[in-house]
Amino acid sequence: MNEQYDIIIIGAGVTGSAIARELSCFDCKVLVLEKDEDLCCGTSKANSGIVHAGYDAKPGTFKARMNLRGNQMMPSLCEELDIPFKQIGSLVVCTDESQRSGITELFERGISNGVPDMKILEADEVRELEPNISDDVVCALYAPTAGIICPFRLNIALAECANQNGVEFRFDCPVTSIESSASGFIVHSYDSVFECSVVVNCAGCHADEIHNMVSGNKLHITPRRGDYILLDRSCEGFVNHVIFPQPTKLGKGILVTPTVHGNILAGPTAIDNDSRDEAPLTSEGIAKVLEGTAKNVKGLPVKQVITGFSGLRAHEDGGEFILEEVSDCPGFFDCVGIESPGLTACPAIGEYMARLIADKLSLSLKAFWNSECKDIVKPFELSDEERSALISSHPEYGKIICRCETITEGEIIDAVKRPLGARSLDGVKRRTRAGMGRCQGGFCSPRVMEIISRELGVPLDTVTKNGGSSKILTGRTKDES
Amino acid sequence: MRADIVIVGGGPAGLAAAIAAAKENRNLDVLILERDSELGGILNQCIHNGFGLHTFNEELTGPEYADRFEQQLDGLNIRYMLNTMVLNVASGSVTAVNSSEGVFNVECSAIVLCMGCRERPRGALNIPGLRPAGVFTAGTAQRLVNIEGYMPGKEVVILGSGDIGLIMARRMTLEGAKVKAVCELMPYSGGLKRNIVQCLDDFDIPLLLSHTVIDIKGKERVTSVVIAEVDESLKPIPGSEQEIPCDTLLLSCGLIPENELSRACDVKINPATNGPVVNESFETSIPGIFACGNVLHVHDLVDYVSEESARAGRSAARYVASSKPNSGSEIQIKTGNGVRYTVPSFVRVEGLDSDLTIRFRSGNVYKNLYIDVLIDGNQKIHRRKQIITPGEMEQVILKKDDLSDCTGEILVQITEG
Ligand SMILES: Cc1cc2nc3c(=O)[nH]c(=O)nc-3n(C[C@H](O)[C@H](O)[C@H](O)COP(=O)(O)OP(=O)(O)OC[C@H]3O[C@@H](n4cnc5c(N)ncnc54)[C@H](O)[C@@H]3O)c2cc1C
Ligand SMILES: Cc1cc2nc3c(=O)[nH]c(=O)nc-3n(C[C@H](O)[C@H](O)[C@H](O)COP(=O)(O)OP(=O)(O)OC[C@H]3O[C@@H](n4cnc5c(N)ncnc54)[C@H](O)[C@@H]3O)c2cc1C
Repeated sequence: MNEQYDIIIIGAGVTGSAIARELSCFDCKVLVLEKDEDLCCGTSKANSGIVHAGYDAKPGTFKARMNLRGNQMMPSLCEELDIPFKQIGSLVVCTDESQRSGITELFERGISNGVPDMKILEADEVRELEPNISDDVVCALYAPTAGIICPFRLNIALAECANQNGVEFRFDCPVTSIESSASGFIVHSYDSVFECSVVVNCAGCHADEIHNMVSGNKLHITPRRGDYILLDRSCEGFVNHVIFPQPTKLGKGILVTPTVHGNILAGPTAIDNDSRDEAPLTSEGIAKVLEGTAKNVKGLPVKQVITGFSGLRAHEDGGEFILEEVSDCPGFFDCVGIESPGLTACPAIGEYMARLIADKLSLSLKAFWNSECKDIVKPFELSDEERSALISSHPEYGKIICRCETITEGEIIDAVKRPLGARSLDGVKRRTRAGMGRCQGGFCSPRVMEIISRELGVPLDTVTKNGGSSKILTGRTKDES
Repeated sequence: MRADIVIVGGGPAGLAAAIAAAKENRNLDVLILERDSELGGILNQCIHNGFGLHTFNEELTGPEYADRFEQQLDGLNIRYMLNTMVLNVASGSVTAVNSSEGVFNVECSAIVLCMGCRERPRGALNIPGLRPAGVFTAGTAQRLVNIEGYMPGKEVVILGSGDIGLIMARRMTLEGAKVKAVCELMPYSGGLKRNIVQCLDDFDIPLLLSHTVIDIKGKERVTSVVIAEVDESLKPIPGSEQEIPCDTLLLSCGLIPENELSRACDVKINPATNGPVVNESFETSIPGIFACGNVLHVHDLVDYVSEESARAGRSAARYVASSKPNSGSEIQIKTGNGVRYTVPSFVRVEGLDSDLTIRFRSGNVYKNLYIDVLIDGNQKIHRRKQIITPGEMEQVILKKDDLSDCTGEILVQITEG
C-alpha cells in the first residue's frame, strides 16, 4: 500500500515551506518531498536576503502583487517565527543626471504598485544617509519599507512551524516521476511511492521539469547565476541601507547592503548558467561585482572579503511568477519561475496558494494551530545576567565552539536535536552561523563534526558537508586504523 | 574577580609572558585565560620536531616544547582557567565566559594580549569554482590528522607554500596520501628553507612557483582542481592551465593575527603586520596593554615567540609595580628599502634593559645584499647576507649605548649588491 496524503509539496525552499505552513492550519495531511538532505538547499540559501519594497515589477503582475503583500506580511511573520529582520530601507541611486527620469519612473511605478512612503532624495540628502556613496550621486529613490532578512532562518522557521503543526518532510527524496490516477496523483521517488489528491510544484530551478512531467503546455526555466562577495563584520556601517544601482533590462543590478548579522554583501551578477544545481563562483563574476559596486559606493574594503558564493535564479521564459492550477492537469498546482522577489513574496505566495488549494479540496480549519515558533536560543543576544543564568542551568551554553561568531555548544546541540534538525556541517551553519565567520569554519568544523556525530550517534567519518557523498573525512590515520 | 596581570591566550606566547612576569615580581598574581581545553596553543597539533633549537638546544616536538613551559607554572604565582574565552578587553578589565562562571569580569592592572593567529580561509582568497567538501586550511587538516586521527583526503593538492602547508605535505605523505603538487602564487616560497628540503624535496613533491588554483571542480566532494601559471602581475597565463584530479585541496596561504579584541579596545594596529603597534617593552598604544607572539606579528620560530613574550611579561610586571607613568622621548623605527615592517615600531631608551632587538621581514627576495641600520642618518650596522626572503624573519641588535644620543629615528633598510 502506497503512503497516502492529501497534498504533496515538491521542494523545501521558501516557497514550498511557506505553502506548507499556510496549509498546516487546515485539516489535511501534507507531505513535503525534498531532493536534498536539508531545508534551504536551493536558491533560498544563496540570495541577497532583501525584502524588497515593491517598486520594481510591472503593475498588475503577480510579481508586483506578491512582492507588496509579502513586504506587508513580513514584520509580523518575523515576529511570530523569530526571524532576524531589519526594515532599514533601500536607495536606488542615480549617478548620471541624464538618467534622472528613470528614478521618477520607478517612483511612479512604486505608487501604482501601492508602495508607501517613498521619497526622491537629492544628492546631499543621500550623502547624509550614506557617507560612502559615490561622488557622482545625483539623486536616489528612498523606500523605507525595504528591509533585510536572514534567508536561512526564514526558510527553516516556515518549515519548522509547518512541521510542528503536523506537516511531514522527507529529505534525500527527489521526485522522479508523477502519474495521474483516479483519485489524484502517484508520485515516485526512486523506490518510494506516494499517493495524493493535490501536488504543489515548488521545485525552484527544476520546476519546469516537474511541470513538464504532467502537462502538455511546456515550460522552460533558464538558471541565471548571481555571484556575491561577503565582507567581514568589521565592515559594519560601511553602508546602512540597501543600495541599488538603477535597474536595467537585466534586472536590479549589483547592490551593496548590510546583512542582518552585520556583514556587508555585494552582488549579484546575472549570468546564464549551464547547470540547475551547480553554481560555480567565477573570477569574472567577482570582477563584475567589484566593478558594479564601484559605480555606487567608494572604497569598498575588499581586503575584508571573507567569502564568495553564487545562487541560481529560476528564470522562466515568460519572466513572471506562475502561480496557478495547471489547466490541463487539475489538482496540480504550479509555483514556477519564482525568481526575485521570491524571498519577499513567499508569505504572500503561501497565503495565495493555500487559499486556491483549500478551495479545491474544500478544506476546513483545524481547531488548534500554533502560528509561532522560536529560534535556537542565542546566548550572545542575551544580557550578561541572562546569559550567566542560562549557563548555570545549561553549562553547554558557556562553551564556545565557533569563535568568530561566538556560537556555543548548546546552540549546535539544539540545531541538531530540534525537529527537522541539521545533519551536516552546512545544516548547522545555516541554523547557528557556526563556520560563517571570518575563519570560515577552519577552527570549529572538526568540533562541530564531533557534536553531530555524538548527538546523532553516527561515526565521525560519515559526517558530511551537505549530504550525499560530501563526506569530510576519508578514513583513519595509520595509527588509528 | 581580580588579578594583577591577565594574560589572554595560553599558547607559547602566553606561557612565556606569564612565567617571566611571575618571576620578575613574585608578589604579583598572574592569571592566564585560555579558550581551549589545554594550554600550549597551536603547538599541541604540531607533533613534528623542530621546536626549541634556540631555546633548549634540542629538537623538541610542539607538545614537548609547550610542556617545558607548563612545568614551570607550578611554584609560581600563576593561575589559569581553561575553556574560557575572553570576549572583551579594556584598560584595567577583561570580560570572559566559561561554563562554570558564566560571563565574568576580571579587574586587573595590566593585560598581555597573546591570542595567536588564524589561517586565511578559502573565501578570503577568492578562489573560483564550486564549494564541495574536501577544501581545508592546512592547519585544520593538521588538527584532523594529528589530534583526531582522521584523514581529510587521499589525493592532495596544496595551494600556498607556508610552513603549515609544507609540514602537512610531508605528514599526509607519511600517512599514505598522495600529494600531487604544492602551488605557490609568488615566485618564491613563504616557508622556511629547511621545510622545503625536509618536507617536499625529500619526498619528491613538486613545488610549482608562480602557480595558482583557478578552479575547483566537484559538486559534493572535490574531484579535481585546475591550476595555472601566473605572470609578473600574478594573473593566470592563458594556455598554461592544467587539471589535476584530486579529492582534497589544502590551503596554506598566510596567517592573520587574531586582533578582533585589540581592535575593539582601540589598540593601534600596524597595517603591515595586522598586529598592534608596540614599543621596545611590547606595550601597545594603550598603557598597560601589552602584546606578543603571533598576535603581534606572525613568527616562523616558536623560540622567538618565547623570547619576545618573556620581555613582554617582564615589562607588564614592571608596569604594575611602578607608579610613575612612562615618559621620555620616543625614537621611531622607520622601514626603508625592501623592509616590510619592523617590531617594535618605536623605542623609549629608558625602557630598554640592555640591547634592542629589531625583528623584521623583507617584502621580496633579495640576493647579495646588505642589511643597513642608520641611527639619525649615521650607519650603525652594515651586514652582508647572501639571501633574504619574506618567509624568514630577520633581526638586528642595537646596543643601548648606541641609542643614548639618538634624537631622531632609526632606519632599517636593504641595500642590494
Ligand atoms: C542571486 C539571487 C538573488 C536574489 N535576491 C533576492 C532578494 O534579495 N529578495 C528576494 O525577495 N528574492 C531574491 N531572490 C529570489 C529568491 O531567492 C527566490 O525566489 C526564492 O529563494 C525561491 O525559493 P523556492 O523555494 O521557490 O526555490 P528553492 O529555494 O530553489 O527551492 C526549491 C527546492 O526544490 C527542490 N527540488 C528541486 N527538484 C526537486 C525534485 N525533483 N524533487 C524534490 N525536490 C526538488 C530543490 O532541491 C530545492 O530545495 C534572489 C535569487 C537569486 C538567485
Ligand atoms: C603548523 C605550524 C607549524 C609550526 N612549526 C614550527 C616549527 O617547526 N618550529 C618552530 O619553532 N615554530 C613552529 N611554528 C610556530 C609556532 O608554533 C608559533 O609561532 C607559536 O605557536 C605562536 O605562539 P602564540 O602563543 O603566539 O600563538 P598560539 O600558539 O596560536 O596560541 C594562542 C592561544 O591564544 C588562545 N586565545 C586566542 N584568543 C583567545 C581568547 N579570546 N580568549 C582566550 N584564549 C584565546 C588560543 O586558543 C591559543 O591557545 C609552527 C606553527 C604552526 C601553526
